[in-house]
Amino acid sequence: MNKLREYCTYLLGFLALFGSWHLLTYLMPSILFPGPAAVVSKAFSLLQDGSLLENLSISLMRIFAGFILGAAIGIPLGLIMGNFRFMKRLLEPTTEFLRFIPSVAMITLAVIWFGIGEASKIFLIAYTTIFIVIISTAAAVLSIHTDKIRAAEILGANRKQIFFFVSLPAAMAGILTGLRVAMGNSFTTIVAAEMVAADSGLGTMLWQGRLFMLIDQIFVSLLALGLVGFAVDRLFRVGIIRFGGKYSAVA
Amino acid sequence: MNNKSSTSFVSVSKAFYSINGSLHEAVRDFNLDIGENEFFCLLGPTGCGKTTVLNMLAGFESPTSGYINFAGTNVTGKDSKRAVIFQSQDSLYPWLTVSENVEFGLRMKGMPKAQRRQQAAEFLKLVGLSDHEGKYPLELSGGMKQRVQIARVLANNPRMLLMDEPFAALDAQTRTLMQQELRHIWFRDRLSVLFITHDIDEALMLASRIGVMRAGPASSIKGFVEVRLGEERSRTTSDYAEHYQEVHNMIREEVMRSHQ
Repeated sequence: MNKLREYCTYLLGFLALFGSWHLLTYLMPSILFPGPAAVVSKAFSLLQDGSLLENLSISLMRIFAGFILGAAIGIPLGLIMGNFRFMKRLLEPTTEFLRFIPSVAMITLAVIWFGIGEASKIFLIAYTTIFIVIISTAAAVLSIHTDKIRAAEILGANRKQIFFFVSLPAAMAGILTGLRVAMGNSFTTIVAAEMVAADSGLGTMLWQGRLFMLIDQIFVSLLALGLVGFAVDRLFRVGIIRFGGKYSAVA
Repeated sequence: MNNKSSTSFVSVSKAFYSINGSLHEAVRDFNLDIGENEFFCLLGPTGCGKTTVLNMLAGFESPTSGYINFAGTNVTGKDSKRAVIFQSQDSLYPWLTVSENVEFGLRMKGMPKAQRRQQAAEFLKLVGLSDHEGKYPLELSGGMKQRVQIARVLANNPRMLLMDEPFAALDAQTRTLMQQELRHIWFRDRLSVLFITHDIDEALMLASRIGVMRAGPASSIKGFVEVRLGEERSRTTSDYAEHYQEVHNMIREEVMRSHQ
């Protein structure tokens, strides 16, 4: 019953969003601002010729590959930096330096190094994911209450056991929250990269809409980004709750 | 001094650097013997170094000079024979159920799941939490969480309990109840206990002997009070009032000094 009410509220929220959009275009009719009906019908025609799904799946595959790669590098590094003060000091100049060079600024370099194909996109997504994940993972490890570790020591756990049975689960909520934030940034990065240097993907679709003054197509791209982002974040939440259960940060 | 769980602090001093960089001496020339099976309460004003004493015996910190002997050997680090009950309930693992928390030490030793579940159930019964095995710590009240802590260390078969104001964060009624239960457990298992508190009443309800500490810094023990109030203790007897007065007289001056 509670679940049903939750879904109904979400549905109502979406209806309100599209309703206000429709109302706005009705009050201020302009060729530069199509209403939801026009955009949805354009979306159907782009679905029928297959181009929407193709661009969407290309973008998602890039995000997926880069995100997994970034997490696979970022989580272990964050754990190491959170557990060993020496490693934190040693690596922090690098991570804090690179963190302030946004992935968007790296697009040029990525294209020169890896070309305009998949490799440069995956590199950029991984790049934008790594630093957020490192910081949130290291912070999660550092914020574990001393008594949790001491209790384990008193109960006879060795260093390895403390890492796997105490530190890692205690940091999990923080790690997952970092991944969730990184996923948002991955969307920003992929659109920017595809607008500047790609021949496929949602960003490219958006950019072509601008070049050929296809206002409807621009709006379809934006709509797709918003909806897919929302869906991916929902999946993430389900994953966090499934994995983290009672101690998850999003419940 | 070869008793199974007797403890001696011999001329122990502990100094450490505080956050502002100045050297702080918590205890100086601290001497204390705790007997086998004794329930010893260390009583003192806030900031007198009680916790430092406990942390050194637990093995979390080491003395700057002097040494601590436990059951015939010098304390050099942590040991599951000296179990700690923390004041903060943050020492429980919120991602594990109540039963899994209690099983933690047994799991680390590699005991099979069925066996450790059965043992955990026994100790949860002892602390009155049989109906809550499958719950998570976040679903429990403060008193229940402290019971989980007690069951968790008892399952690990310790010889001594080190308790750092474990009931300080509980409401008055729950605290009284927990004190009674702790007495029962102590009667049952006859473990040595070092219990830290700043509450005279709590010390009188629990201890066989009370040690009063001087106000810090560079604190040590001012004197001892033997508690002769029998097994079932009551706050309404004249004996209780006399004991209270005796301890109060001893600690009053130290409390005043700690506020200067």
